Amino acid sequence: MSLNDVLSLLRISLHAMVPLALTAVGEIIGETAGLFNIGLEGILLLSAFMAVIGAKAGGPAVGLLVGMGVGAFVGLLFSVINTYWKGTQMVTGIGINLFAMGFVAFGLIQLGAPGFHDVPKVAELAKVRTPMGSMSPMILVAIILPFLVFWFLKKTRAGLMLKAAGESPEAADVAGININRIRLYATTFGGMLAGLGGAYMSVAWMGLVTKDLSAGRGFISLACVVFSGLNPLLALLGAFIFGFFQALAEWVKTLPSKPIPAQFVSMLPYIVTLLVVSGAIGRVRFPKSLGVPYKRE
Amino acid sequence: MTETKRTLESRLLRGAHRTLTGLSPAFESILAAVVGLLIGAILMYIWGFDPWKAYIALFKGAYGGLYEISSSLSRATPLILTALTFSICLRSGMFNIGAEGQLFMGATASILVAYVVVPAPFGQILGLALAAVAGAAWSLVPAFLKLTRGVSEVISTIMFNWIARWLVLYLTIFLLRDPMRGEKTISIPVAARFPVMVPRTDLSYTIFVAVAFALVIYFILWHTTVGYEVRAAGLNPTAARYGGINNKRTMFLSFILGGVAAGLAGATITMGLPPTYAIYGGAAMPQLTNVGFDGMAVAMVGRNHPIGIIVAAIFFGGLNAGGRVMQFYGSNPVPLEIVRVVMGAIVLAMAIPELIRIFPAVKKQGRELTGLLRRLTRRAPKEGEA
Repeated sequence: MSLNDVLSLLRISLHAMVPLALTAVGEIIGETAGLFNIGLEGILLLSAFMAVIGAKAGGPAVGLLVGMGVGAFVGLLFSVINTYWKGTQMVTGIGINLFAMGFVAFGLIQLGAPGFHDVPKVAELAKVRTPMGSMSPMILVAIILPFLVFWFLKKTRAGLMLKAAGESPEAADVAGININRIRLYATTFGGMLAGLGGAYMSVAWMGLVTKDLSAGRGFISLACVVFSGLNPLLALLGAFIFGFFQALAEWVKTLPSKPIPAQFVSMLPYIVTLLVVSGAIGRVRFPKSLGVPYKRE
Repeated sequence: MTETKRTLESRLLRGAHRTLTGLSPAFESILAAVVGLLIGAILMYIWGFDPWKAYIALFKGAYGGLYEISSSLSRATPLILTALTFSICLRSGMFNIGAEGQLFMGATASILVAYVVVPAPFGQILGLALAAVAGAAWSLVPAFLKLTRGVSEVISTIMFNWIARWLVLYLTIFLLRDPMRGEKTISIPVAARFPVMVPRTDLSYTIFVAVAFALVIYFILWHTTVGYEVRAAGLNPTAARYGGINNKRTMFLSFILGGVAAGLAGATITMGLPPTYAIYGGAAMPQLTNVGFDGMAVAMVGRNHPIGIIVAAIFFGGLNAGGRVMQFYGSNPVPLEIVRVVMGAIVLAMAIPELIRIFPAVKKQGRELTGLLRRLTRRAPKEGEA
């Protein structure tokens, strides 16, 4: 393994880290406020697909914005169902995932080829040349954002209000915080970040969209959140670990000697996720009111 | 630590129980189905199709005749079983979304029957048994991880779905491949297949396996002590524990039963779905993919009750069968994938416990209807007396 191999492995890891980090940080904001969204997988897939349509119409920036918009919209829908309409978060999430699977498969057929759609080169977000090779500027966003969110959750008044909404909505309500509205903001913002992650996958990273593009990444992000115990910085670390194993799998597949069958290599990220989550549980504490719709007595 | 973890999950579950075992279950399910079909229609309209024509084609293709009904029932067969997987585990208080992977393992295990020569009834029994064991084994690992390490089954079962997918792909390419035709596995021998029930359709006797298993689950859950314990643990784990119920045992039992159901679902596809009687299609594996996920929608619309699930599966099986007709319907060919969009929308609608309250007019109608029914039922015995 030469230095070049190490560098390319690191580069792919960083690229694979971005959607996981963005989605996980978004989910951390939502879970801090008390909403548990397992529809992340669906948000990633939907926004990846819609971002391609946006990028083809108006360039990569429009694509990313469309992805964020779609993510925010789904997040908004999720939070309206689960705050004002007192819905069931797990069922809503499963519904979002099923809907996205159908919608994207359907949309891909409408765009021409069933199964996948290539993003034209002009619509892709350009990569920046660095000493390590060409890198997507989104990597920087994914690295800086967790620090900002960490600061926001720990040091600002709004961050504390989020925490109050998740820990003790009754007390927060008495203190004059509008619980439903703050949960709505949190989940919408979280959905927007997941949407950015999805748009990044199609428009800035892989350059195509397939009907199973997300490939469990939404759930791997959930595993990151569990691993981090709602700390955005640890979530970034988790995302890097998972990204690294995805990159490793890709790298082993390209080896000419084929030491392991490709199918087993493809399992690697999922197995690592299981192992990391099995090891991480025990020190994790979630907000007291995570998962309960708030009703005034 | 497990304390906070447990309370988080029990909180998430309490909501699910309230929603999915509501007051007027059938009415809410039908309302959700209507909302889902409406959202599907709006999307079809946006994409430039005629939703009215499409739905007519779909429902004609689903229930328009003997062939169509057989085809719908054939699609419903595995859905009944994967829906049971989800609902047994939800009844016991867990979100098992691993039916997909357990179904893959079951289907692959049933292919092994092709390597032994046994006379007629034993081939079928052996295939079902192999599939059941494989499905249960695949579902036991997440149960074990949850018990020993507290890993949320939502994450672990999804990871196991992906691992199963790649493992099955490896097995079908390298170990079980048909030496004559590389794109599929070796076929189940004729003696071990379930015969076709209605000639010239793909409805085979496997539907009885699915319905029988649903009835067995109904019997276990509502007419045995073990089933009572499973349901009690699902409704309130803390109270159940104080009542002397071993929550670990009920959890394992529900995961095993769920895994058996999903494994059998895999076997009904390989052993009872003409014409190939094998796993085919390379990485796409079209017969197996998404049957597990669709099962979740079936379970929710069926209100997590075995009988409700059979009805809901016939509805969703009809959507799938009719969708196949719809996509080739002359001037208005809507892709089959719209069916899954409708399913997702139905599940979203199911998530809202007070769906009725969002549409006040519907609620008023509903109240009038229930009032009318109540009056009718009240009057009935009086007339009997007179």
